[in-house]
Amino acid sequence: MLERLIARIIIGFIRLLTGAQAYWRGCTPNAAQRIYFANHASHGDFVLLWASLPPWLRRRTRPVAGADYWNKDALRRFMGGKVFRAVLIDRERREGAPDPVQQMVDALAGGDSLIIFPEGTRNTTDAVLLPFKSGLFHLATQYPRAELVPVWMNNLGRVMPKGELIPVPLLCTVTFGPPLARVDGEDKAAFLARAREAMLALRPREDEDEDDTPSDATPFDPL
Amino acid sequence: MQNPFPTLYALPIFAGAVIVLTVASIVGWVLKLRLAPDGPHPTIDNLNSRIRAWWWMVGVLAAAFWFGKGGVIVLFALLSFFALREYITLCYTRRGDHLVLMLAFFIALPVQYALVWIDWYGLYAIFIPVYAFLLLPIFAALSADTTRFLERASKVQWGLMICVFCLSHVPALMSLNIPGYENRNLLLIAFLVIVVQGSDVLQYVWGKLLGKHKVAPALSPSKTWEGLIGGVASATALGAALHGITPFTPVEAALVALVICLMGFFGGLVMSAIKRDRGVKDWGHMIEGHGGILDRLDSVVFAAPIFFHVVRYGWV
Repeated sequence: MLERLIARIIIGFIRLLTGAQAYWRGCTPNAAQRIYFANHASHGDFVLLWASLPPWLRRRTRPVAGADYWNKDALRRFMGGKVFRAVLIDRERREGAPDPVQQMVDALAGGDSLIIFPEGTRNTTDAVLLPFKSGLFHLATQYPRAELVPVWMNNLGRVMPKGELIPVPLLCTVTFGPPLARVDGEDKAAFLARAREAMLALRPREDEDEDDTPSDATPFDPL
Repeated sequence: MQNPFPTLYALPIFAGAVIVLTVASIVGWVLKLRLAPDGPHPTIDNLNSRIRAWWWMVGVLAAAFWFGKGGVIVLFALLSFFALREYITLCYTRRGDHLVLMLAFFIALPVQYALVWIDWYGLYAIFIPVYAFLLLPIFAALSADTTRFLERASKVQWGLMICVFCLSHVPALMSLNIPGYENRNLLLIAFLVIVVQGSDVLQYVWGKLLGKHKVAPALSPSKTWEGLIGGVASATALGAALHGITPFTPVEAALVALVICLMGFFGGLVMSAIKRDRGVKDWGHMIEGHGGILDRLDSVVFAAPIFFHVVRYGWV
């Protein structure tokens, strides 16, 4: 009960800050079991993704997050474990730690969908995406029943850049793409490259001039 | 005894709005049945979602009016917040702008509306044009990031002027003491909003019915000379007809209405130019059928300060 209330408050806050506009392109918000894989630029990412799902899907969708961060203190343990129901994995792959891929497969076997960030950590560089970790590939191979849905989140890195405590309000969009097709016998590198392309294809076009060229260098064709 | 319903005098205005919207809803419904009963029809469906959104907007405005000055100030502060959010989203900013943006959203905006609330005209008239203008670039400079510096500093200032400074002149109308017009200032806001928004709607209607010759094809494909002339003329007549709720004579009401309609039209043009530059069609998606808050408010933003000054220097 308390967890639900806190979740609602956080989602309301994220909505006020960002508008949390969801675009479903190539798939609909439905009951299919899914692995949403998304770009990662800010701590707010999965809350934004979560907030843009309809409530009945939200309850069946768990984020995959780093145990090192969410186990640090009692508050984070409560938020991560109870409010967000995160699947906490050990990113360092220490001796004796449970196998992250197995943990994710277990969570999927429990019937929930997952949100994962294939970059493995927040991207605070100027690069569009960091190189992907192999987790997404292993997960896709070991649990082929789940749909692999690429997601692109726009702007959240501007709302709360790394090292800042107070977010600024900016509209963010969350774009859900068509599920990634399965290709038999595809190797890891080819699969990850395809997953990366599927995510990049969802970028809104205003992003294209977010580099250091003046925006009026892009001609606009009225209608 | 104090009047328990001090803002009830604005009721006839809303009764009028409800009648107009009811007629519009029926027309939209009949058009849908006649022209596209089973399939989608972009123009009519957009018309109907616009009408639905108008019901919401009139409802929200009525709720704010019910609470009087406080309600109107809180409403316009929120509108400023959402408008600035839409505006900054389309601007190029960098990590180094974070502090400046925080100050714009969480200090400049609430302070401006607090000054309107306490009616400190001398300060709210210069707070953003002078103090924000000087102080925000200082904080931006302290971040030591010089990439496209002038552009970034100017854009934040421009956003504050448009979304906060100009818009705050709508609730500021509450504090004008017009002799013989005491405690009726909500009606001035109603006059401004009805005439300017009415001009937008009438331009849209005239444009859809007769529009052929585009005013500014590079800026907006939907603005036509037929729509502009018909819309502004009929909104000016509407303003004259509404002189009873204002301190103006019919001729004065028509002249004031003409001025704010033209400002509203050019406001829409300027804001379109920015959208075209950024390669987007709408500022946002908050109001169904209309786009974002700024798509709806662009005309009010440009008309409000002029209207405020005309009344302040002519009638106070």
